[in-house]
Amino acid sequence: MTESYETIQYDVLVIGAGGAGLRAATEAAAQGARTGLVSKSLLGKAHTVMAEGGLAAAMGNVDSRDNWKVHFRDTMRGGKMVNNWKMAHIHAMEAPDRVKELEEWGAVFDRTADGRILQRPFGGHQYPRLVHVGDRTGLEMIRTLQNHSIHQGFGIHTECVITHLLKDGDRLAGAFGYWRTSGKFVLFQAKAVVLATGGVGRVFNFTSNSWECTGDGHALAMRAGAEIIDMEFIQFHPTGMVWPPSVRGVLVTEGVRGEGGVLLNSQGERFMFRYIPEMFAADVASTPEEASRWLAGDSTARRPPELLTRDVVARAIRSEVDQGRGSPHGGAFLNIASQRTPDYIRRKLPSMYHQFMKLANLDITKEPMEVHPTCHYIMGGMRVDAETAHSRVPGLFGAGEVTGGMHGANRLGGNSLSDLLVFGRRAGLHAAQFAAGQNGFAAIDPKQIETAQQESLIPFHQAAQGEKTENPYQLLADLRTMMEARAGIWRTQEGLEKGLQELNTLKERASHLSVAGGRAYNPAWNYAVDLHNMLLVAEAIMVSALHREESRGGHTRVDFPTSSSDLEKVTTVVNLKDGGLAWKKEARPTMPDELKELLK
Amino acid sequence: MSGNHEQMGKTVKVRVFRGEGGQGALKEHDVPVTPGMVVLDAVHHIQAADSGDLAARWNCKAGKCGSCAAEVNGKPKLMCMTRMDTLPQDQPVTIEPLQTFPHLRDLVTDVSWNFQVNKTIPPLNPKPREADGTYRMAQMDIDRVQEFHKCIECFLCQDVCHILRNHKAEDFAGPRFLVRNAALCMHPLDTEDRLPDLKDKFNLGYCNITKCCTEVCPEEIHITDNAIIPLKERLAGRFYDPLAALGRVLKGD
Repeated sequence: MTESYETIQYDVLVIGAGGAGLRAATEAAAQGARTGLVSKSLLGKAHTVMAEGGLAAAMGNVDSRDNWKVHFRDTMRGGKMVNNWKMAHIHAMEAPDRVKELEEWGAVFDRTADGRILQRPFGGHQYPRLVHVGDRTGLEMIRTLQNHSIHQGFGIHTECVITHLLKDGDRLAGAFGYWRTSGKFVLFQAKAVVLATGGVGRVFNFTSNSWECTGDGHALAMRAGAEIIDMEFIQFHPTGMVWPPSVRGVLVTEGVRGEGGVLLNSQGERFMFRYIPEMFAADVASTPEEASRWLAGDSTARRPPELLTRDVVARAIRSEVDQGRGSPHGGAFLNIASQRTPDYIRRKLPSMYHQFMKLANLDITKEPMEVHPTCHYIMGGMRVDAETAHSRVPGLFGAGEVTGGMHGANRLGGNSLSDLLVFGRRAGLHAAQFAAGQNGFAAIDPKQIETAQQESLIPFHQAAQGEKTENPYQLLADLRTMMEARAGIWRTQEGLEKGLQELNTLKERASHLSVAGGRAYNPAWNYAVDLHNMLLVAEAIMVSALHREESRGGHTRVDFPTSSSDLEKVTTVVNLKDGGLAWKKEARPTMPDELKELLK
Repeated sequence: MSGNHEQMGKTVKVRVFRGEGGQGALKEHDVPVTPGMVVLDAVHHIQAADSGDLAARWNCKAGKCGSCAAEVNGKPKLMCMTRMDTLPQDQPVTIEPLQTFPHLRDLVTDVSWNFQVNKTIPPLNPKPREADGTYRMAQMDIDRVQEFHKCIECFLCQDVCHILRNHKAEDFAGPRFLVRNAALCMHPLDTEDRLPDLKDKFNLGYCNITKCCTEVCPEEIHITDNAIIPLKERLAGRFYDPLAALGRVLKGD
């Protein structure tokens, strides 16, 4: 029996209200589409708000040698050459325009001496490229988009969770979910849907991600028949907080290293000089003396090795810890106090100063921080067309972290905020065009709604039916511990196979999830619903990791420590087939010669 | 990190408000204390241990999103930035929802009024670009605007403001949106005249600068000194300065 529910109709429905979702909805509305935006949290709280260091766009304000070609090259090399080169190309070309637009909408970025937008150095970027506001760039971006978008005439629905995408044959028909405040169900009928749901970081124990990052969009896409690519590539950000335990995993911005911060082991050694990969040796300072000249502004000096790409720095820190040269709480020391004056540090890294003072009783203008890698980002996600952001499911679009390809095997810092804007805009534009070409709404199948309701409500009935019961908080904790151990920075065939077996046990337990209380604002129920997404995403990560027998970017196989030139040519694709997860390897399209030229 | 190790193995009594629509009571829990623990950790512990349906908002757990605002021992705070060892150890820790907004459930309130006020503020109306297509702004001219943009919309300032809390003056924008107005007024690119709205729509005059808002701001924005007082001065200069008023009469404004 179906419970009554509210129905809301839109031409374009955008799911997720971070940077990508807000930009997509703004564009769809500008195209004249009746547009709605759904957010799991309140407006302005999405994970974009936590981005710190900046937004990468080759404007050349600080070093005029910079341009989109260099940005494209850096992005591909940072992604270890397996990026969707069409996306990397579009991204590098369009990012500066998206920055200018944000400025017109009210963003106030830090300035150069002549009053233009200031750009800061960042890992893997050849020139100073990150447009920023101290170390709270994401806040500036989301608030600017939020305050602009509330005047664009689209509907905004907050604290609403989408649990199911509905289809009519091959075509997308809408989305079904519930309001968190009441627990009541809601149907959004839509001609096109944009997924902008962000990442999956909460499947790992130590993560910089907020509670929302449960892979909802990745799972919705798979269940709707879309293909997911590159799920083995997870970014462990090199610098998460280590101590106290309460804040383990909280992000320490790469801006600390961008502003000159150095990494030291317990012996006081600046160890990154020992971890410079061949591929980047020509671009990186070979001595601390050269790195100091770079920090002093000598444009002939090369960047310090602390600014190597995130995958390289994360592995280096973990290796130092594994070899017994870690800090007291099992990390590395990150020291900015020795490089900059207290005044400068407080001005350029105010929220880091505040965060360590408040949460760790530590003054970063005087003492080094302790840092360890923390799960930060997933490069993999729904496969979309580079130009239109359209998946292979008609009417299903995507933008931002929920999509795959743009960042290859490792994302450069700053390329996420620009990605959200560039592809958010494109997704909104093409979803609106797609919707305009549709003849009315697709039919809603009542059977699908009945199933959706039943699936969501199972946790309320377990106990009464005398079933064995599982606590969602416990299952979540166990999943996260398992993923950290089996699919973290170091991976092996044996570990991943064990992990997949352990996952089967967790899946079985998930069928007994049980919650008490009512449906209104019940976090146990919310987790019980989200957990099914997290389990599916965890499986996709481990299956993809098991079948890529090499190390590349954010995927390190201890049993296959080097990169394989053969595997550089393929993408791992997973999808749901007959209820199970299927995987295949697919040849990557070849890059045209004019782009290949840029990589030399 | 002095003091943390001594707490190991200890428990603390935590009393959390449970109920709906303003009706309910404090429920007491024993919570184990860990080093560096914050109030939000205690809430999460209680949820996982025996109260799965305890409603509380949170997102980033790093002081950046402003979701977990509550009243801890009667004071408006972010739960994620309030360390347990900064609270008196010999008495229970009390956690209640924000008192100024309509209560929904447990620690969650209906803050939608704030979003409605925000929507009534006209957006930035930027002047044209320079001939080279850029906007030029000196860093010193935007320092103040950037201070205001640090706001994470936790609404602690709205919660503590007696004009909203005690007098329920819904025609008063409250500190948060006076700060937003100040950010727009001082934005080097903005061309909008915002003073009439500040006077008549947002009722800036209601504020009698008790500075309670400044005291609770987790971002340490100088709400009263840097935003509200300068706006009051501009308003006085425009509407209440006898010489300026005479000038307007003579100019025929």
